[in-house]
Amino acid sequence: MKKIEAIIRTNKYEDVKKALHEIDIDFFTWWDVTGQGNDTKHKTEIYRGTVRDTSYISRRSLSIVVRDINLQKTIDCLLNAARTGEVGDGKIFVTDVELSYRIRTGESGDESLYNRD
Amino acid sequence: MSKKLIFILAGIFLVMGFALGGDLFAYTTPDPAGLHAGTTADITAATAGSPTATEITDQIGKNKVAINMVWVLLTGFLVMFMQAGFAMVESGLTRAKNAAHTMSMNMMIYPIGMLGFFISGFALMFGGVGTLGLLGGYEGLNQEFALSLFGHTFGLFGTKGFFLNNVYDVGVFTLFLFQMVFMDTTATIPTGSMAERWKFSAFVVYGLVLGTIIYPLYGNWVWGGGWLATLGKEFGLGHGHVDFAGSSVVHMTGGVLALVGAIIIGPRIGKYNKDGSPNAIPGHNIPMAIIGAFILAFGWFGFNPGSTLAGTDLRISVVAVNTMIASATGAVSSMLYMWLFKTKKPDPTMMINGLLAGLVAITAPSAFVNVQAAALIGLISGVLVIEAAFFIEKVLRIDDPVGAVAVHGVNGAWGCIALGLFADGTYGDGWNGVPGTVAGLFYGNPGQFVAELIGVATNIVYVGIIGFVVFKLIDLTIGNRVKPEDELDGLDVPEMGVEGYCGIKLDKNSETPLTK
Repeated sequence: MKKIEAIIRTNKYEDVKKALHEIDIDFFTWWDVTGQGNDTKHKTEIYRGTVRDTSYISRRSLSIVVRDINLQKTIDCLLNAARTGEVGDGKIFVTDVELSYRIRTGESGDESLYNRD
Repeated sequence: MSKKLIFILAGIFLVMGFALGGDLFAYTTPDPAGLHAGTTADITAATAGSPTATEITDQIGKNKVAINMVWVLLTGFLVMFMQAGFAMVESGLTRAKNAAHTMSMNMMIYPIGMLGFFISGFALMFGGVGTLGLLGGYEGLNQEFALSLFGHTFGLFGTKGFFLNNVYDVGVFTLFLFQMVFMDTTATIPTGSMAERWKFSAFVVYGLVLGTIIYPLYGNWVWGGGWLATLGKEFGLGHGHVDFAGSSVVHMTGGVLALVGAIIIGPRIGKYNKDGSPNAIPGHNIPMAIIGAFILAFGWFGFNPGSTLAGTDLRISVVAVNTMIASATGAVSSMLYMWLFKTKKPDPTMMINGLLAGLVAITAPSAFVNVQAAALIGLISGVLVIEAAFFIEKVLRIDDPVGAVAVHGVNGAWGCIALGLFADGTYGDGWNGVPGTVAGLFYGNPGQFVAELIGVATNIVYVGIIGFVVFKLIDLTIGNRVKPEDELDGLDVPEMGVEGYCGIKLDKNSETPLTK
């Protein structure tokens, strides 16, 4: 099992969600994050005559835990759906997940990651 | 009882009602256009419908006083609503973690200041103001403590009406309400410059002292018949220090207190770096601040026109238009000044400050200048407020989160000076007991200009000293400032016990830039 952490543009989220549903990846967590990027490294604004740093950018982070068989197709889907071609599209990180459980039934491992229907 | 009997009795009562009730009403045909409502029958007379000549003239006089009283009360209600405007501006321009505390200060200053004014403020300020000619003619406010020096009288404070005792008169009560809401406007100004680090208990003490002592003394000197008002009668300086609606009495007092308070309480943690350069601490709710600015601009229609103390004084139209025009030129000149010369973007917080600066600056001269002068006064105040705010923040290194000192202190002074320059002599005959209309330097009366300067200087010295003493005493006894941990956490929970935005995640410490 692998955890895919994808940091994407907020306005690409709907495209990514639709694309993921089309490949049967229906379960993931997302939250809005603030971060630093290369493009706005030195951006400043002026508030009442005083300069303040506004180099931060807003993105959305998705956390998807998938079985090993689905890993490559999920990554390809994400890369296609979240890409705009401009600087600042985001990043995808993949880490290994040791154990996984479904709380309702107690199933563990690969069985906790999909519905047997 | 049988049904028949009930119907018969009801019928008898109905007929009796029509027969007897017809005489109790003036007319029985409805009057949709109001053409017949209001006739001789409505004049209070011993025999209804046939008033004597005295009864007619009495009614006319009563109506005049009634119009004045209704006017003063309604404009007073408008000024009371400005408390909400101040609360929104100050809270919108400060941080979310302090919202409950900032709002609470602005909320409680209304009753606390009012009680102080009720206890002694009104008596000190108006105990000796003389006859309330426009509001019924009560002559009982006639006890003024004055000093006689070098053959001249210097009125210092009134001594009648503590707890509104012995002045149970409709005119006095009207005046009390109107003057009290003006005092509350002064009281709420320092809460802006000292926000985000003021201990609530220290603030409560300040509010009481302001309403009881600080505000009414200077107010008596200008409006209560005291020595600044009599500079004309005693020393021939124009009409004495003239301040129509309170650029000096209300706004300068508040602004100077805000300055002294901000100096004593010190800047917010993280506002200034070790090398003295400031950090921006943006406000958390610009929409609320702008709504607050509109509420203030609306309330100012009560502030300035109401100060005629008479709805029958038709100058109110000129006063209202002057107020409006000055606010417009103030806001636009601030916007353009920031946009074109300062930061290349029109800053909403400076637009607010510009609007308010125009209003503050026109407050004193609103009844005495023509509209072109009002526009110019507003225009200058829009630029003045920005330069003053920058000077205070960057050069003097005084932390004023909302620009209270620049808006109220600096522009309050400018308003009085503008009166001394631009008063055009079309109004104000007999002001402060001096015959003739009020005119300024540009219309041939340099004495007026000098009187204004004296009034402004007196305000700075008096309010500066008494404000310093009061704030220092509070500091030495209970302390002005909250603990640093509380300030970084947000004052809402440590001081007030409840978060302003409960349930909304705020990253409380990230927005305080720690000193480099």
